[in-house]
Amino acid sequence: MKRFFAFVMKEFYHILRDRRTLLILFGMPLAMVLLFGFALTNEIKNARIAVLDLDHGQHSRQITDRLLSSGYFQLTKTLTAYRDVEATFRQGNVKLVVVFPPNFTRNYAHDGTAQVQLLADASEQNTAISLTNYATNIIQTYRTGAPATEQSPPGAQPPMQITVQPRMVFNPELAGAFVFVPGVMAMVLLLVSALMTSVTIAREKETGTMEVLMVSPLSQIQILFGKMLPYLLLSFLNGVMIITLGVFLLNIPLNGSLGLLLSETLLFIFVALAIGLLISAIADTQLVAMFTSMLAMLLPTIFLSGFLFPIESMPRVLQVISNIIPAKHFIIIVKGIMIKGTGLNLLWKPTLILFAMATVLTIVSLRKLKPRLG
Amino acid sequence: MRNAVTTNKLTKRFGDFVATDAITFTVAPGEIFGFLGANGAGKTTAMRMLCGLLKPTSGTATVAGFDVYTQSEQIKQVIGYMSQRFSLYDDLTPRENIRFYGGIYGLKRADLKAKANAIIEELELGSVADKLTGSLPLGWKQRLAFSVALIHEPKVVFLDEPTGGVDPITRRHFWDMIYAAAHRGTTIFVTTHYMDEAEYCDRVSIMVDGQIKALDTPGALKKQFGVDSMDGVFQILARGTSTK
Repeated sequence: MKRFFAFVMKEFYHILRDRRTLLILFGMPLAMVLLFGFALTNEIKNARIAVLDLDHGQHSRQITDRLLSSGYFQLTKTLTAYRDVEATFRQGNVKLVVVFPPNFTRNYAHDGTAQVQLLADASEQNTAISLTNYATNIIQTYRTGAPATEQSPPGAQPPMQITVQPRMVFNPELAGAFVFVPGVMAMVLLLVSALMTSVTIAREKETGTMEVLMVSPLSQIQILFGKMLPYLLLSFLNGVMIITLGVFLLNIPLNGSLGLLLSETLLFIFVALAIGLLISAIADTQLVAMFTSMLAMLLPTIFLSGFLFPIESMPRVLQVISNIIPAKHFIIIVKGIMIKGTGLNLLWKPTLILFAMATVLTIVSLRKLKPRLG
Repeated sequence: MRNAVTTNKLTKRFGDFVATDAITFTVAPGEIFGFLGANGAGKTTAMRMLCGLLKPTSGTATVAGFDVYTQSEQIKQVIGYMSQRFSLYDDLTPRENIRFYGGIYGLKRADLKAKANAIIEELELGSVADKLTGSLPLGWKQRLAFSVALIHEPKVVFLDEPTGGVDPITRRHFWDMIYAAAHRGTTIFVTTHYMDEAEYCDRVSIMVDGQIKALDTPGALKKQFGVDSMDGVFQILARGTSTK
């Protein structure tokens, strides 16, 4: 045990002496949380729109007012002819054009139905979808409200109207931070745990000190656990930091149990450390370890974990593949605990998957590491 | 007295390639045993088997009386090892390096402190003991690495080309330390490709293509091959078999 302690001490020296890495380790999560929390969101505020009002009637004006007072839209241009629409889009700053056809007000007042055209710049499809949704909602509420006013056509009953009223459960404002913070957490923990462990083990192989350690009475388990322990602590600290930032800075709710959240974080760190060990079994140099970590972990995590792109909209094959990405399950767990307040009774499945991954990966990497070092 | 190292037909195969081919030798306690050979002749493989880093394919071997197949844990306690890449951590100070290696060999805290001070004094490292090891000159690092390899007073110490890359005077200093250690009863098992160093050894073995082609004192070998330097002996053996 004393030997093990001497080894862990040495690892801490390595970490603390390497100021630059330390800075990256704690600066990166901070920067990422702030970036994803504040800058890169799916929310839309003050989107630039243009209006082509060929009607110039009362209703078209009122709808336009409603759109502009909603806070989502900002009028940048008033068009006068249909052919201007394309040119406006080409210039690039207008994301949505609302077109009121001629006789809009008259049709609406007389028949109770009228059409508005929404043209969105779908070169950014996510924005386009959000904007048309917002606008449709606003216009539909106007539609329902209208017949109740004095504009009701004389003699004609207003037609029955079905209004779709979507409600965003758990995240009513569709705040981006709710989605991104669990993803950032998964990424940072993977990076710190897997990348750092695999790089330090590769460094000992590269400099030849691994050989000396293998000749010493330290057992292989002691060496590997000695490598893992400091990074386990570091990762855990990082995880706590991200949760704190998320809750206090980005106002993400913490509806579930904090103890469960921290335990699940620890479990995920174990998976990441085991991946790090596996990589170090393959990689003999720090460079190889670094690139393998990037390619094998970061990219799949970013693209397939549901962090940036919803898994539900992926092709079937990728959906299946996404199940082997540990981050996917971790993100489900974190979202469940923090936002929905779910307990282990509903999260046992992803928890079990992570647990199985940690076990299998540790066993495989221990077996793989042996002949390489020996 | 029991031999420090014995091997009997020790063999290691990697697939079809025979790295060491049935080598047999003994090393007496306190002896400085030179292990010579060209790159790829199999000396590192042989050394790794004796240190417990590799399992032999066949044959037997003992180190300090312990069997390499079944008692590798005991062997690890009583051997020291210094590789050509001198095994120190550049981002630790000399004192921390000494403490670390002392720690993993299970030295007691008080002993370790005394030992660290003794080493720092002996190597005249006082002024740099708390600077990072990476900033030390190569010769100092090598001598420190050697002291560290001896910190747990091993019975046998394995040195794998310990003096690579330094000038003859620094090498000579290093060999003074080796003599001192041997004098205290430590068996020295050293590989080298500097022929002047071969002259310093008590006995020398020369490996060619996985086999031991010659094994005797430097004086006897020079006489046997009719040359006046170890370099001459090596040239005859290495050229005679491995090159056309």
